[in-house]
Amino acid sequence: MKAVYFAWVRERVGKPDEEIAPPVSVITVGDLLDWLKGQGEEYAYAFENAKVIRVALDQMHVKHDTPIAGAREVAFFPPMTGG
Amino acid sequence: MSTTIRIQSEDFDPQMEADALTRGRNDVGALATFTGFCRHEAGALSALELEHYPGMAEKELQRIADEARARWPVQGITVLHRYGKIAPGERIVFVAVSGAHRSEAFAACEFIMDFLKTSAPFWKREHKVDGSSGDWVEAKDADDKALERWT
Repeated sequence: MKAVYFAWVRERVGKPDEEIAPPVSVITVGDLLDWLKGQGEEYAYAFENAKVIRVALDQMHVKHDTPIAGAREVAFFPPMTGG
Repeated sequence: MSTTIRIQSEDFDPQMEADALTRGRNDVGALATFTGFCRHEAGALSALELEHYPGMAEKELQRIADEARARWPVQGITVLHRYGKIAPGERIVFVAVSGAHRSEAFAACEFIMDFLKTSAPFWKREHKVDGSSGDWVEAKDADDKALERWT
């Protein structure tokens, strides 16, 4: 699946997007955040406070207990500050 | 009547956008508009830089407009949001809602702004007059609280 990152999450990870291949044991968005945290120190830094991270699957907001099965694009970003 | 959603780097003309919702019509009784600007924050800010999630930002604004239509019998809805560098005094966001009566136009306009602040994927970064940059604006609890009145 394609992962995309925005704002300080993007800066901490060090790239705007990438292809990721989480193992089958990763079922939910929360599992995915836990798995990403273990992918290197930049990921550990980006996702150190995972509960503040907002997630969208295929450009729809989702909660951390949402299953990721079938999603083509997952986005990670801080709380929004537009307007 | 239609919904117009635009995300753009260039400025917009609020009067022209507002006129587009009423021109040639005789069934509009009310037009509520909101324009949001970049503040200078006591002279410390040289610009805001707006980042957005292309694709999702348009979809989310459309979803918010659709939800407003489901709640109130409004006519036209226009939502514009800029991205990129925006200097103090410049416009950032614009919402206009037309309806037969003021109550639905006011309510839908506020509803759209409240949800835009907390669920449209935009992020602001501050550039300071002293040349430093990099501070991302933090989300405000007050913005989350503002949603409670719509539940």
